[in-house]
Amino acid sequence: MELDPHGGSIIRDYSSQDALRSDRSAGDLQRHRQKVRKSIRDNIADLVGEESIIGKSGDKIIKVPIRGVKEYRFIYGENTPGVGQGDGNSQPGQVVGNAQGEKGQGQDKAGEQPGVDYYETDVTLDELIEILFEDLELPFMERKILREVMSERVSKRQGYRKKGIWVRLDKKRTAKNRIKRRMAKKGAVPADPKNPEERFPFHQDDLVYRHMEPDTRPESNAAVICIMDTSGSMDMIKKYLARTFFFLLYRFVLTKYRNVEIVFVAHHTEGREVTEEEFFHKGESGGTFISSGYKKALEIIAERYHPTLWNIYAFHCSDGDNFESDNPSAIKMAEELCEICNFFGYGEIKPSGSRYYESSMLNIFKAVKAANFMTLLIEKKEDLWVRFNELLAKDKKKDAA
Amino acid sequence: MSYYDTKDLAMWDERIREKAAECGLSWYPQEFELYDHNQMIGAMAYSGMPSHYPHWSYGKSYEKLKTMYDHGVTGLPYEMVINSNPALAYLMRDNTLCLQVLTIAHVYAHNDFFRNNFTFKSTRAELTLGRFKMHADRVRKYIETPSIGEEKVESILDAAHALAIQCRRNMGIKKRTPEEQKDHAADVASPAHDPFAKVHKKQEYIEPDFDKVPLEPEEDILLFIRDYNPYLSEWEKDLLTIAHEREQYFIPQIETKIMNEGWASYWHYKILKSLDLPQELHIEFMVHHNQVVRPFPRGINPYFLGFKLWEDIVRRHDEPTLEEIEKYGKPLESGMQAIFTAREADRDVSFLRRFLTEEMMREMDMFEYEKKDDKMVISKVSDKDSWREVKETLLKNVGMGTIPVIKVCDADYGHNRVLLLRHDHEGRDLQMEYAERTLEHLHRLWGREVVLETTVNNKKFYLEYGEKGFSVKPAR
Repeated sequence: MELDPHGGSIIRDYSSQDALRSDRSAGDLQRHRQKVRKSIRDNIADLVGEESIIGKSGDKIIKVPIRGVKEYRFIYGENTPGVGQGDGNSQPGQVVGNAQGEKGQGQDKAGEQPGVDYYETDVTLDELIEILFEDLELPFMERKILREVMSERVSKRQGYRKKGIWVRLDKKRTAKNRIKRRMAKKGAVPADPKNPEERFPFHQDDLVYRHMEPDTRPESNAAVICIMDTSGSMDMIKKYLARTFFFLLYRFVLTKYRNVEIVFVAHHTEGREVTEEEFFHKGESGGTFISSGYKKALEIIAERYHPTLWNIYAFHCSDGDNFESDNPSAIKMAEELCEICNFFGYGEIKPSGSRYYESSMLNIFKAVKAANFMTLLIEKKEDLWVRFNELLAKDKKKDAA
Repeated sequence: MSYYDTKDLAMWDERIREKAAECGLSWYPQEFELYDHNQMIGAMAYSGMPSHYPHWSYGKSYEKLKTMYDHGVTGLPYEMVINSNPALAYLMRDNTLCLQVLTIAHVYAHNDFFRNNFTFKSTRAELTLGRFKMHADRVRKYIETPSIGEEKVESILDAAHALAIQCRRNMGIKKRTPEEQKDHAADVASPAHDPFAKVHKKQEYIEPDFDKVPLEPEEDILLFIRDYNPYLSEWEKDLLTIAHEREQYFIPQIETKIMNEGWASYWHYKILKSLDLPQELHIEFMVHHNQVVRPFPRGINPYFLGFKLWEDIVRRHDEPTLEEIEKYGKPLESGMQAIFTAREADRDVSFLRRFLTEEMMREMDMFEYEKKDDKMVISKVSDKDSWREVKETLLKNVGMGTIPVIKVCDADYGHNRVLLLRHDHEGRDLQMEYAERTLEHLHRLWGREVVLETTVNNKKFYLEYGEKGFSVKPAR
């Protein structure tokens, strides 16, 4: 047998410098992340209807399915049998797995099947909200005369400084600086060759302090008043849609104001202030006097949220079923609400075409002429984001005109 | 494990090369590089190329690999070796000495396969690194050109990547040039020599339409667009060429996955067994080896299948059982001769067709599964009646068999510069969402409407993508 004609092979040892330098993927990674972000924005309408994001705290991590960054090519579809290997007892008819993924691709095909390119990414709820509301503006956002008292308390972190007070010393950065200095000194000639230094103490130059700046944004208060019809005709689906809409409104107002309070008013023939839990989960029965909910809202505003100090956003969700005799007073009170609120909206929830046979308040509310009043119709989950955008777009149109 | 350095590795490398040469392997000069896990992930994302053009999809695969690695879903491969001359291989520096020895042996067998298997002849291994470097330089140059920029380059590359794999599969078959295609068409059209011309009615020569483009259905979609869309600028054409050449380079690896991994596993096993490893190394080696070539439940592990088959070929040639002699005849060559011929002249499809026997299929309990409702259900097992069908299904699912065959048939369909493509349907339908999006890319490159003729549920359809977007029309 002939021996290796090429002589020895080359073996290159690991070099940590190469490892640091060879991060060529940085650019492509960044570009990919941009695309993911864009994809989330494009698909956001589907996301807002997801149960999992409603009413959760800001640092909750959400799985977001990514679609925009798929790499498409011609692939085979569903009627494609595959071959697998069993443990010796395979019988026809035996179930070997779930047809997971979007279109039910087999999961373990031999060869280079690209497979279903469906994956999720993790974002926190706060990030999602930020992306969500990135280019939306809140309508009717006049800031009221404000109490400036609270703004003293608020300060924002703003970079680092060499000088500062002891409590704001950033220990991690300081320690890093010391390490850097030590590394840099390694090759240098020691100051005293006979007595090489063993200690390497912190130097004044190592110290880094966090810098705080008083945040001088004007203190602003907003109250979101959620009014919902909880009469017998409001079933789970309707409540779910309402809840999602309130959630959007609340989160959005939260991004615009420092101090946001939320009030829940439930009504059937009588309005009551309730907790969030009761608001969404407790079903009640009986007829509906819409005006009763408005009356309660007006009372609460008069009591706690003086319109000169608070920006008030009121929104009412109902399925449009109201006693006819109540309509005139409902209109009257809606007008009253419009006067004191920045914005008052009415959302009618009619899932799956029920608007053709159920009564509706949409026509009746046409009588309300205030500019900051708006009605909208929600029929399905997908409508939520579209309607929400329309709601905010209304103001823009007005501005343009 | 015991500590080692590159000198130890060089010593083992020397011994492995001696053994490998004794076994008859022959390889390109080999270079090893020790990588940490981040470098390894980076190498994997860019197919091991030291220099590769940028595109977000590599960032995506980097991120995916990194996430999976960080969460412990998958480990990293012990090594990675690329088909080039000299061959480059990356070794994980955190691996134990035993694993390094195993992977070094594994790498030489891959290297031997790259050098000797016929499918790799067209890849021009000596130019690989330089070619990828040149591609990278050119793409970067276009990105930096003010009149082009990243977005435009990305848009062309996105589309090119979607279509690049729609290319010629078998480099062994010569592609006719347009002139040769014309000659061939004329040849086919002219009547054959008739020894009884006197008694027969004279056959007429019907002139073929020489102006048709393409004369013969064309598989290299990107190259076709490059050559026949006059509105593309030079840099766009160049990007299409780059994407095409890249894909073409990887096709042999797709086509020989099972053989190649099996070959490497077979030889690392054999070489390490002959090395007289110290006891503790030997035990560790057996553990790792069995991990590599273990069957995946309900799937096909190319390492396992390939390893089993190479072993079986040797055994059947050297020590056939009486039944086997009765069934297949007395072996004509030795086991070694048989496997060395196969490693040179086969690819996965022909390899499995020739060497995957009924007995092996039963031993490995291979079955065919189909989607029923939401479940994957076994439809056939390798029993006497249906092992052939299971095998046929397997053959359809290896190598380029997983990629639908789609050819350009007419560049001037309806005299309207519409591009007509035909899907060679053999039972499997296209995935519609993917077809729609891929046609969108094709439409962007062609600049005019594109039409794909395909079959869905046994009915012929035209999938069209034009100015107004996607539409599906049943064929009349």
